Amino acid sequence: MFDSINEFQVWLIYLLPLASCLLIAAQYVIPAPIRPNPRSLSTLSILLMAGSFLLALQTLGVVMNAAEPGQMVGFGEHRWLSIAAGDIHLDVPIGIRLDGLTAVMLVVVTAVALLVQFYSQGYMAGDPGYPRYYAFLSLFTTSMLGLVLADNMLMLFMHWELVGLCSYLLIGFWFANPARPGYTSPAAAAKKAFIVTRAGDVGFLIAILLIWTRTHTFNILEIQEIAEAHRIPDHIITLFALGVFAGAAGKSAQFPLHTWLPDAMEGPTPVSALIHAATMVAAGVYLVARLFPVYEASEQAMDVVAIIGAITALVAATMGLVMRDLKRVLAYSTISQLGYMMLALGVGGLVAGIFHLMNHAFFKAMLFLGSGSVNHGTNTFDMHKMGGLRRYMPITFATFVIGSLSLAGIPPLSGFWSKDEILVDAWYENKLLFAAALTVAFMTAFYMFRAVFLTFFGEYRGGEPGGGHGGASAHGDESHDAHAQPDGGAHAPAHHAMPHESPLVMWLPLAILAVPSILSGLVNAPFFHHPFGDFILQSVPETLRHEPHPFNWGIAISSSVLAVLGIAFAALLYAGGRVRVPLSLLARPFYVLFSHKYFLDELYERAIVGGILYQGVWRLAAWFDATVVDGAVNGVARFTRGASAIMRRAQTGSEQSYGLMLTGGAALMVLFLFITALR
Amino acid sequence: MSVSLEHYLVVSAVLFGIGLWIALAKRNAIIILMGIELMLNAVNLTLVAFNRFVTLADGRPALAGHVFVIFVITVAAAEAAVALALAVSVYRTRSTVDIEQIDLLKR
Amino acid sequence: MDGFGVTAAFWGLSALAVGSALGIMLARSLLHAVLWLILAFAGLAGLFVTLSADFVAVAQVLVYAGAVGVLVVFAIMLTPNSQTGNSETRMVGPGLFVASVVSGIMVYIATQTDWSTAARGDFPATALEIGTALTNRYLLPFEVASVLLIAAMVGAIVLVRAARDEPERRELAGEGEGEVNTAEAAGREVVAAGSHGGH
Repeated sequence: MFDSINEFQVWLIYLLPLASCLLIAAQYVIPAPIRPNPRSLSTLSILLMAGSFLLALQTLGVVMNAAEPGQMVGFGEHRWLSIAAGDIHLDVPIGIRLDGLTAVMLVVVTAVALLVQFYSQGYMAGDPGYPRYYAFLSLFTTSMLGLVLADNMLMLFMHWELVGLCSYLLIGFWFANPARPGYTSPAAAAKKAFIVTRAGDVGFLIAILLIWTRTHTFNILEIQEIAEAHRIPDHIITLFALGVFAGAAGKSAQFPLHTWLPDAMEGPTPVSALIHAATMVAAGVYLVARLFPVYEASEQAMDVVAIIGAITALVAATMGLVMRDLKRVLAYSTISQLGYMMLALGVGGLVAGIFHLMNHAFFKAMLFLGSGSVNHGTNTFDMHKMGGLRRYMPITFATFVIGSLSLAGIPPLSGFWSKDEILVDAWYENKLLFAAALTVAFMTAFYMFRAVFLTFFGEYRGGEPGGGHGGASAHGDESHDAHAQPDGGAHAPAHHAMPHESPLVMWLPLAILAVPSILSGLVNAPFFHHPFGDFILQSVPETLRHEPHPFNWGIAISSSVLAVLGIAFAALLYAGGRVRVPLSLLARPFYVLFSHKYFLDELYERAIVGGILYQGVWRLAAWFDATVVDGAVNGVARFTRGASAIMRRAQTGSEQSYGLMLTGGAALMVLFLFITALR
Repeated sequence: MSVSLEHYLVVSAVLFGIGLWIALAKRNAIIILMGIELMLNAVNLTLVAFNRFVTLADGRPALAGHVFVIFVITVAAAEAAVALALAVSVYRTRSTVDIEQIDLLKR
Repeated sequence: MDGFGVTAAFWGLSALAVGSALGIMLARSLLHAVLWLILAFAGLAGLFVTLSADFVAVAQVLVYAGAVGVLVVFAIMLTPNSQTGNSETRMVGPGLFVASVVSGIMVYIATQTDWSTAARGDFPATALEIGTALTNRYLLPFEVASVLLIAAMVGAIVLVRAARDEPERRELAGEGEGEVNTAEAAGREVVAAGSHGGH
């Protein structure tokens, strides 16, 4: 069964979650009393998702078994729409491109999606929007899979936008909730996410249009070949690459378009795990990787990617140091790691970037799900209200520590291998970027273990009162009284006193994800001769397939040492689970800068939007609309009224004036006839 | 100088014009009616004048014009009666026959 | 028509008719205006005589000057109003203009057209001829005219009957005025009821 696969089976990977979404959505057409049980809907969704996952595995096997493992197995294009105007012919195609990169992404996406859907049965139990949640999750998965499978820019862009839409729908899932003090409301966060990524998407769209006018094709393979052969001018290639990167920067939360990701944590935690750790934010990285030959063809674009990636990694790591909210720490960590991936791509390390993407997907998803488990037990995400949870939630604790170690880059866990490869690639390319990456590694280890110590060690500080467990009502920080739903029956009603471990549906995915978090690094280990790397490299033309750099013991050791130092420093400040030395005292000005997110939100919202756009452009537009447009319309009405007021005076009611007009008119007509007859 | 058809026609036209003027320019409804009667009379004069000076086609009696005038007089008298009755009736409700003040159908 | 007599008669009578018409326009009092009207009728009757239309002239004097003129006098007496008199409206100027234009056109037509008038011989006795025509050729219009006169008579009578003469008319009049007077009537009833209840 791993010999070959036909096109329909691959399409099925895409279509099964879509069917799931449509079927769940269909249940809203049925009147409420006879609707199916929500639990059965989620089961249906999980089953379809599992089918998709198995097919993805089969696809991976087929690609691995190809003549050259990872070689592209493209499937024909289908014409969706064809427009001809003169000698310009526009085809909107749909097609699949199946190579190593695609296969890896398929497996990652379906695996994480499946585990998240499984987990959500416990986390979202009792929420009145339960079916809607699963419908959106399935739709999102479909969009992500479509994005990955696309062989042309248009199909990719279409799914890109769909992914953004689903992100909006899912972040704002609890749209009725108001904003908690100090945070944004889910509805505002959803809008922010959509709009900020939109800003990047403008660049992306322009890039697509630009490349079409020059090459008249949307097909990625053709674009890659054209770019590599430099058949179009260099500045066009650079512009195209930069435009695409703008879109990637939006979706992958690169500086300065990263501001939406922390606020996106207002959505349900499984959503954060799926979308904002493993898949959607990885779409940007995937996009750059897909078009890697184009970037290789343009020096400037590569430099921009690398520098932005490095800046993102640094800035986000600094902000993660000072966050109080556990999910926020993870969010900034995600931004930082995405910066890492972009940095890798920017220095030419395609394999390193994708490798890190895969590893990061697994352990970050696990960390997020773990934070959800913590919330389930304590009803809060505020680390200052947690503590000592390792005694009460051992499985969550163990998996969380494994994830943190992997993220920090402690060998031989998976994170170490991918981070090391990025560091090596950076070392050979630009020492400055290397130094930045190393600094980030230190900070990563520090802030992750700060979180670990505050959350799991020391004495339990009471959490948040209000319902203890039972699905949606437990998420005191997340949802509100709007969802005061009775317990799904999972366990006994609240003992707010002491938290305990989450149910099986929730810790099982954590345990499952721990396995790749530990082991997935080995697929590209140097002593196995980088099988993963070869696999991925098949997706780019021959000329770009570099041999990986040899394993550099110096770099490996120094990065590991730094990681350990970071953990030690965290232990110093936070051992015993208490804040022994608050960072706010250690470096006050930095603390203020970091905790206010570099005042970027203020810049965007008050200065740019509020000031320039609002007062300037939009006020002018509003004036124009009110005065000119409305004035014209009202003017017509006023003119009509005025004219009619004048003409109304003919209706005097006096028969004499009527008689006058009558005879006068008759006389005029006769006169007129007279005069014309006389000629 | 001999008097011919044109003379009578001109007189008739002048009388018609004066009658029209009265009908258009006077305030009292009864005076307006008088103007209308004057106009009708001018027409009568025209008819009789034509009858006097123009030979009629065969088959018609020689005094067709006079007969027409008889009928005009009849109808004019009937119309005058009804119109004046109307004026009186309006006077009963509005206490005026000033047409400037009778310009609404509503009370 | 030749002859000094005819010419003098024509010009004199024309002057009389037109002058009387102007008198209607210019008189200040209503009754004076009516008298001028009657004089105008008389002048026209004279003009008819110069046109050898004896029967018509007599009919004119009888019906117009006699009946219609008196009718108008009665109407004026039945509608006394002191303010108006024989005053004009603001339409005097425009009315004059339009009337001049209209009559000017007619004069122009009258003088410019070639009427192909043939001199006619003696006239028959008009009364006999008219009578013959009315009962032979124009019998139908004759009868219809009679019906018209009856209709006019009945109509005039109906129009001027006062509401108080008949109970049905009173009701009709009361309903007709109901919209405006309901408030008054209702008020009266309330007052009546109140006064009844008060006792």
